[in-house]
Amino acid sequence: MAKYVYADNASTTPVSKEVIDAMMPCFETCWGNPSSLYEKGRDAKDLMDDARERIAKVFNAKANEIYFTSCGSEADNWAIKGTALKMREKGKNHIITSKIEHPAVLNSCRALEKLGFKVTYLDVDEYGVVDLDMLRCSITENTGLVAVMFANNEVGTIEPISEICDIAHAKGALVFTDAVQAVGNIDIDLSKLPVDMLSLSGHKIHAPKGIGMLFIRRGVNIANLIDGGAQERRKRAGTENVPYIVGLAKALEIAKEKLDDIPRVRKMRDRLISELTKIPYSKLNGSRENRLAGNVNISFEYIEGEGMLLWLDIAGIAASTGSACSSESLDPSHVLLAMGVPHEKAHGSLRLSISHETTDEDIDYIIETLPGIVKKLRDMSPLWEEVEKAKIKN
Amino acid sequence: MKYSEKVMDHFTHPRNVGEIEDADGVGVVGNAKCGDIMKMYLKIDENDVIVDCKFKTFGCGAAIATSSMATELIKGHTVQEALKLTNSAVVEALDGLPPVKVHCSVLAEEAIKTALADYYKKIGRPVDFEIEKSHEGEE
Repeated sequence: MAKYVYADNASTTPVSKEVIDAMMPCFETCWGNPSSLYEKGRDAKDLMDDARERIAKVFNAKANEIYFTSCGSEADNWAIKGTALKMREKGKNHIITSKIEHPAVLNSCRALEKLGFKVTYLDVDEYGVVDLDMLRCSITENTGLVAVMFANNEVGTIEPISEICDIAHAKGALVFTDAVQAVGNIDIDLSKLPVDMLSLSGHKIHAPKGIGMLFIRRGVNIANLIDGGAQERRKRAGTENVPYIVGLAKALEIAKEKLDDIPRVRKMRDRLISELTKIPYSKLNGSRENRLAGNVNISFEYIEGEGMLLWLDIAGIAASTGSACSSESLDPSHVLLAMGVPHEKAHGSLRLSISHETTDEDIDYIIETLPGIVKKLRDMSPLWEEVEKAKIKN
Repeated sequence: MKYSEKVMDHFTHPRNVGEIEDADGVGVVGNAKCGDIMKMYLKIDENDVIVDCKFKTFGCGAAIATSSMATELIKGHTVQEALKLTNSAVVEALDGLPPVKVHCSVLAEEAIKTALADYYKKIGRPVDFEIEKSHEGEE
């Protein structure tokens, strides 16, 4: 069989066998509507309640602080827009976020700007860490929400959420963190980390696509986004997706157990970084230490990312890039640009995101395969030609 | 997004990659900031026939494939014929491009015309055709 290495776990993950097994009874027998009074409904409700309890336990939170959504983007939209609508009642109209957030956060903020809210987009340093001084300078009594991601999806930078909570809470602002990438990589104890809201997504941790979650701390009141029936304690309408909720609970429990395996993942990541940055004119994007265990993001100068992805795909390796050519716009990754990476280097960025399913042999294969691809693309690049000619001259 | 088999063929086996040392016309279009640069080299004989054509491209799969296809379409043809090559002819020859990649074919057309303009200037012939600059004003 041809070699296949999946190194795009930050995009999505395969649904694990245990998760599928956990979900099957919800399709086959307990398929009732959890709002129904009869047995089929009660069975479904029992499964859902149990899942909610188990998820709360994973985060050291309370079951009534867990709200299920259709995806991570919905949870992000709800946290930001729901908070904005509520804070306006208190006369507050300022939100602070960062320049490197996921589009679900950035575009929610932009939508609110059109409704008259003021938004500050925090700068980040060259490693992608948010500027806490800028946060301290821009936060006022008028600030109702500070929304900063737990860890970045492109470069894996882990943000100082605890300190952000201290600064925000001192001014009476709520804190929301998008933890979609952090979950499964970092142990999150919500009895210790004082965030007011936290979002996550099932499909990044081996649950199916189509299930997300928003943690809303008890006592925090945000406006509804989806109006309708009385589901989710009247906060989020729509018949609950019981199978996927049960799947999410299983996936989160497994993810928590697998945290023990994180040092091994980190070791594989470090080997990838050390070996791949030996390629001339390459540079690691983000921090060497302060990054998610599975994230590697390297720019290769004088070539463009999509070409690398196509060749890697032919070799059976799935990865991703911050190049513009992989998107609909002419601009490369907003995250890399915010970190001060020049356009031309951002176009040549490659993200490899590995997981506990990755093996040492997979890492070997990537290390063997990539240098040849970079060389092949450089050999046909007019920019590389100039570099080579300059070398001969000197 | 999916590329046609022809695009993948030209991306993985690009025709006419390289440089021509004593080229009669050289054209460079695009810029690194936007993520694509094409460089075209032409060797033209006394009968105005493009006897050789080579390219180097920094860019995505479509940029490399359109450069490769464009060189194939003009090699062995006259300068007058090459001037008539449109970006849509390149797209057609590749069995289509995803809509977001059509600008790559525009770049290929520009690269050839820019190289031909260079040739005209070198032999003292007035440049009597226009070159669309798709990347103008983007710097």
